[in-house]
Amino acid sequence: MSLLSRPATGEATLRAGPVSVKLSLRAIVIFGVLCLVVFAGVVLNVAYGSYPVPPPAVLRTVLGLGDDTGQAFVVNTLRLPRALVAVAVGAALAVSGAILQGLTRNALAAPDIVGVNAGASLAAVSLIVAVPSASAAYLQPAALGGAFAVAALLYVLAWRGDGSPVRLVLVGIGLGAIAGAGTTFMITFGEVQQVSLALIWLTGSVYGRGWDDLYAFLPWLLVFLPLSLFLARRLNALNLGDDVAHVIGVPVRRTRALLLLTSVALAGTAVATAGTIGFVALMAPHIARQMVGSSHGRLIPVAAATGAAIVVGADLVGRAVLPQVEIPAGIVTAILGAPFFIYLLYRSRRT
Amino acid sequence: MLRSRYALLLGLVVCSAVLAVALLASVNFGTIRIGVTDVVRAFVDYDGSRDDLVIRTIRVPRALGAVLVGACLAVAGAIMQGLTRNPLADPGILGINAGAAFAVVTGVFVFGTPSSTYALVAFAGAAVAAALVYGIGSVGRGEMGPMRLAIVGAAVAALLSSFTTAMLILSQQTLDTIRFWLAGSLLGRDLELLHQIAPYACAGLLLALALSRRITALMLGDDVATGLGQRTGWTKSLAALAVVLLAGSAVAVAGPVGFIGLVVPHAVRFVVGLDYRWILPYSAVVGGIVLLAADIVSRVALRPQEIPVGVTTALIGAPFFIWLARSRVRQ
Repeated sequence: MSLLSRPATGEATLRAGPVSVKLSLRAIVIFGVLCLVVFAGVVLNVAYGSYPVPPPAVLRTVLGLGDDTGQAFVVNTLRLPRALVAVAVGAALAVSGAILQGLTRNALAAPDIVGVNAGASLAAVSLIVAVPSASAAYLQPAALGGAFAVAALLYVLAWRGDGSPVRLVLVGIGLGAIAGAGTTFMITFGEVQQVSLALIWLTGSVYGRGWDDLYAFLPWLLVFLPLSLFLARRLNALNLGDDVAHVIGVPVRRTRALLLLTSVALAGTAVATAGTIGFVALMAPHIARQMVGSSHGRLIPVAAATGAAIVVGADLVGRAVLPQVEIPAGIVTAILGAPFFIYLLYRSRRT
Repeated sequence: MLRSRYALLLGLVVCSAVLAVALLASVNFGTIRIGVTDVVRAFVDYDGSRDDLVIRTIRVPRALGAVLVGACLAVAGAIMQGLTRNPLADPGILGINAGAAFAVVTGVFVFGTPSSTYALVAFAGAAVAAALVYGIGSVGRGEMGPMRLAIVGAAVAALLSSFTTAMLILSQQTLDTIRFWLAGSLLGRDLELLHQIAPYACAGLLLALALSRRITALMLGDDVATGLGQRTGWTKSLAALAVVLLAGSAVAVAGPVGFIGLVVPHAVRFVVGLDYRWILPYSAVVGGIVLLAADIVSRVALRPQEIPVGVTTALIGAPFFIWLARSRVRQ
């Protein structure tokens, strides 16, 4: 990777083979600061709990320098994977939302509004309630299957001819309602214990997530996060309108399908790992856009870091407010997200 | 489309006849077959036999409940669609059901509310959610498009249902008490509950009918309505009151039942045109028929288990919603 040009505007172009990303120093600084925030969030998350570990000891233990085995267990086995899952889930949701918002040219689109999460939830809840003997290992593929099923329907039903973004969102709401009815059905008929488990999963929480969950999640991130960066320029082109994109040589249909696939894969795996943590996919890209503008090459990484910070923070807040109960992160993000959503509506209306 | 007044009137009579048949069918279906004469005898000449008991406490209240709820939801949906000029308006889509559900779960979880008072609590929740969605939808300037209200509704519903879920997680007992109600169902509604709710529902229906001419004018645009000498703000407030009375009554009786308010007015408009003086009575009757039918399907489809009727209506209604979004929304 080489730094080719560095014009006076404070922008630099990074080139590695066919991939080139325009970076601005401002975006790099913001990204760096956000990464520090996420790092601090992880350390605090690991430090806080009924068995508190001082932050310096957290770092020492993670690096393998500590000599307290009890502490090592709490840090490395219980809390660190949970915090890292929160980071991964936040990043995946945020990027998923950023892509979907770019794709639909609609600031209010998000996988949780257009029914992708509802599809994942239906599949997972059905598994938990209807097949209580099934191992937890099947949960992730099931949720992914549900997310993809809804996405495929969405693509088929909403995208014909002009590909109206409004229609996409509305069809998504309808599909979400169908999946929701299915989930309700499961909740009504299941054994109450199973249903209770399913509900906990449904609210979205990183409670009890361990290394296994993280390892199952990582391959998806490693494939689709770079892919989303690779597609960022094409997404910018699509934002100029289908005709313009076509003229500058972007294969419109294929790119759109690929972007939708990326968005759904990221949202689906995130939901499969941590349940439906609401509003993150909606909020994070907006906050990122405020900071670095809407060019997706910058937007996507900054949104990822923002999303990670939000979920890590939400988990910490949820644990700190009511330590005996542990409010699921998904509820914290919903409480934060709903007013934010209203603010967005207010703004989008004035322009 | 029916055009002449006589044709429309005749149509309404035919629909009412169908409603009566559906009522009888609803009473008839079940482990015990019950005919018209049995029903009449159970009320006129009550002898305390098992059949009479079943008729008076289970079948008849249930069927009447379905008619009441269906009529209320359909009329509420019709008004909402007219008032907001939004083809996708429906008490469920706009978050009113989620508000009522949230209120009832809060009641049960925090105060241990008994099921006899679900109704009033649901009422309050529906009203608050309606105010919230409409208020948020109208902040700022500009037109309140169909898109905006549907999305605000979806977001408010998402927020409220995540609170609802949170309470259900904290208390398995609440979950077990309430989950069938939460899905929307007509099981076990008694005549006393209907007595309790009927005044509100009837007030809502009468208010709606009284406003029908004004709503037709409003459909043509605020300017036109003002030009015709209407005080639009006043009309809108009264219409909103009617919606809350109707949707609240429906939720109070059956829990959150979605999509009836969306589907029925559309079907009705297809036949009778755009005059709300006809749309509203037709919606009431057809809404009753549709919910009776959905309830019968819910009881029969998975016997001996019973599907909550809210699930059935969503499975029928959501594809219709998608079809509407596909065909009506262009931008």
